[in-house]
Amino acid sequence: MNELAPPRQILDQDWRRILQFGSLCALTLVFIALIGMPVQLDTRILIRRHLSLGYLSLIWIPMIMGYLVSKELVLEGIISAKKGPRDLLAGALTGMIGGAGLSLLAVLINNFDLRDPLLNWSPQTLEQLNFGNGIGFGIGIWLLIGGALGIFGSALHVLPALTAKAVGVALMTVALVSILETAITDLLEGFRLTFITDSLYAKRGGLSVVSTIVLVVFVALVTVLAAGQGDALRVKYDALDAPRRKSANLTMSFAGVIALLLLPLFLGKIMNELLANVGLFVLLALGLNIVVGLAGILDLGYVAFFAVGGYTTAVLTSPNSPWISPELHFGIVILIVIVIAAMIGLAVGAPVIRMRGDYLAIVTLGFGEIIRLLFLSDWLSPYFGGAQGITNIPPVDLGFAEVKGSDPRSVFYLVLFFCAIAIYISWRLQGSRLGRAWMAIREDEKVAEAMGINTVNAKLMAFVVGAILASFSGAVFAAKVGSIFPSSFLILVSIIILVVVIVGGMGNITGVIVGAVVLIGVLGGPKQPGLLQELGTFKLLIYGALLVFMMLKRPEGLVPNARRSHELHQEEFLQDAWLKGIVDDDDEEVTA
Amino acid sequence: MTAVGVRSTRRVSWVDRFLTTLRIVLIALIVVGLLAFIAQQIDNDNAFARRRNPGATGLTAAQVKGLFVTGVAQGAMYGLIALGYSMVYGVLGFINFAHGEVFMLGTMSGFIASTKLSDAGYWESNFIGSFLLIILIAILVSTATAVVMERVAYRPLRDSPRLIPLITSIGVSFFIQNAVLGLFGPNSKSYPQLPEWLAKNRTILTFDIPGTKIMVLVVAAVSMAGLWWVVERTKTGKAMRAVAEDKEIAALMGINVDRTIVLTFAIGGAMAGIGGILWGLSFRSVTHLTGFLPGIKAFTAAVVGGVGNLGGSMAGGVALGTAESLGPQVILEPLGVKGVSQLRDAVAFTALVVVLLFKPAGLFGERLSEDDRA
Repeated sequence: MNELAPPRQILDQDWRRILQFGSLCALTLVFIALIGMPVQLDTRILIRRHLSLGYLSLIWIPMIMGYLVSKELVLEGIISAKKGPRDLLAGALTGMIGGAGLSLLAVLINNFDLRDPLLNWSPQTLEQLNFGNGIGFGIGIWLLIGGALGIFGSALHVLPALTAKAVGVALMTVALVSILETAITDLLEGFRLTFITDSLYAKRGGLSVVSTIVLVVFVALVTVLAAGQGDALRVKYDALDAPRRKSANLTMSFAGVIALLLLPLFLGKIMNELLANVGLFVLLALGLNIVVGLAGILDLGYVAFFAVGGYTTAVLTSPNSPWISPELHFGIVILIVIVIAAMIGLAVGAPVIRMRGDYLAIVTLGFGEIIRLLFLSDWLSPYFGGAQGITNIPPVDLGFAEVKGSDPRSVFYLVLFFCAIAIYISWRLQGSRLGRAWMAIREDEKVAEAMGINTVNAKLMAFVVGAILASFSGAVFAAKVGSIFPSSFLILVSIIILVVVIVGGMGNITGVIVGAVVLIGVLGGPKQPGLLQELGTFKLLIYGALLVFMMLKRPEGLVPNARRSHELHQEEFLQDAWLKGIVDDDDEEVTA
Repeated sequence: MTAVGVRSTRRVSWVDRFLTTLRIVLIALIVVGLLAFIAQQIDNDNAFARRRNPGATGLTAAQVKGLFVTGVAQGAMYGLIALGYSMVYGVLGFINFAHGEVFMLGTMSGFIASTKLSDAGYWESNFIGSFLLIILIAILVSTATAVVMERVAYRPLRDSPRLIPLITSIGVSFFIQNAVLGLFGPNSKSYPQLPEWLAKNRTILTFDIPGTKIMVLVVAAVSMAGLWWVVERTKTGKAMRAVAEDKEIAALMGINVDRTIVLTFAIGGAMAGIGGILWGLSFRSVTHLTGFLPGIKAFTAAVVGGVGNLGGSMAGGVALGTAESLGPQVILEPLGVKGVSQLRDAVAFTALVVVLLFKPAGLFGERLSEDDRA
């Protein structure tokens, strides 16, 4: 721990910084209010009578801004000042400027009519901002709320570390428990533990006030009491010798697999449906992870392979297929799907593989659109049904069970099977000669070629493996939905999978799975609702913002791949090494 | 010169054979389609034309001319947008995927301004004045968007691997699209009617051209001339070319690289804004998705003309517009493809692949710095 200088004078502020963060806060708040988030999300109650998702979409911003404004870079060799009332004031002012933005918006909505272009310049927004109490109340309350939240945010620096951690964890838990309400209710119902849900949640949704307080106190207490336990556990784990650690890993993954296999049995239909969707996207993301994450080829037309898998299955199994309808069994179809997807992968890959990385991205995007337009066209409608698509795809008959869309649990198990295959393939490939060749190409294609790697073949293999995994997902998707239309294969899907891979962590299997579970599970896929189904159209906005944010702040993703993050932060690593005095001359040449 | 040497020593793999076959097949298809088209134009009852397309009726001269003019006008708009892609690629070496959204915001702001003007009655009484006003507004909005985008999303990433800013720009594009959806709603919005004296058809050199298209061509030509003057004849333009050639040396010569890059974005944005207004006035409708397809096609146009080459971008735009407008009827229909008008976008994307297969540096050559050519 560094020594700290005494706190600075209360008026010794960086006024410019406060103004900057404050205006940013105000702009963001006004933007969110104007795209209609507060009004449209007001129906989802988080804490009964006190907090809806709509208000949450506003109030987190002053808090974060308050936190950021009083955050200081800790520099090596410079003694930073102890945090004190000065920082609280900075937080309060930042929050208040933000709140003032909303007050101003309320006044403007009250006095001018801009409803014509701006959809949400409406009395409903005004009422939401005023809490239904008239304009004067609205102006005052937002200044107050903004200030209070700003103080709260900056207070996280002032409080002792343990207290701040306890408060943070407690708030996160409340947010999680209220957001995951559907999932938790469903799960507890499966275990016949409804008394917990009854006491936790109010009758018509949302936590009750009492349970919120109990939850906060409980979680804070647990955090304080359990402080250090986690670190101790990690130290203990690190101290294990290799075979012991391996067996510990095995036990943990075995327990995880068993839990995953048993979980659906305790869940209702909606949650199982959600799990099945998440699984489909895990499969897609694992495939794209090989292409983008390992080989470093930005394929924006990835959805085309998903479509190929779906359409092949539809044509070969459905009795309604307009062209040939051999009505084959799913097991045989999967084999044909692999062959066709691999062929299409080669055919699409061959022309683009020697292009510059960014040209390749746009051309694959073009291929994705071409394939969708062909499926949609009248020209090929005698084969693929055009806009009407292909309907009546039969369920998958496994002999002992049937996998059909109306029974999402069975779909989940089928998806899980394919995910297991995909994980195994990705895991084995990563360490293989081919996988190492991909990583070499990702890092520097010319050097890789000079090292004797056949870059064209290696990159094509990445394309093909990715295509096959995506086509699995397409085949299951077709069997699950029971019908298939060109509109399910928009470029949007490619981009959402890309966000999943990037947020999770490019090149890391666990990361990609975590990304898919968090994003698709909570926000939802392009057409599939997630746990926050109220989000509706806003989820795409969030996906876009997330992509930009991740690229700017954490390009290696939530669960980074060690080698990949080394690549992305090379300079910082070298700087650290230099500070510690362990650099030699060779490394310095690398930076130059 | 080194590239040629490397090519010739590389052993021929199956990929090369596949690509050669693909090239031959593509050329064969285009030639057969063209021949069948010529055959059906000469006499639509001959065996060659009827073979693939039994219902061949041929096109009248007026129809062909109409398609051609539509294609050129559309292509001029692609060209205006393509300039932005081309300039940014020339200077920073990455594809600004969100440039289509800059264009869309120009169209959207033009819509808002023109409906307000129309409500006030000014649109009908003084069209020229209101036209200049909405162009000014669109330029301001588009330029501001492009500059803010550069500052917030791209400047921090200037030294990162080349795919990182591209992925960021995809995120920016997605964000702007959905922000506009949230702010203005999903409905398609229509521009007010153009005055009668402008919209009526005029005959120039036996071409019967709708007035709107004449306006598009004139405005595009004027803006292109203006851009050419800025880039080739002013100090700022010289600085831009220098930065595109080599950022470090340009900085050593006393050029403010940051400012020049911002200017590049601003000028590209302004061109997209003008293109946006022309688009709005020609098609008279705009939604939050308006920017997506024109954006990708404009990028195609930039590649067709040669990235970094401004005249090439404009020419590439016109070439792409014409190909997209004539291609379906002239090549695909004689080949017996049904419902060709649905395949216009597919034709444009195929054109991109074809150009990259035959001339990866575009029809008129790329102008990129040494680093970006890798």
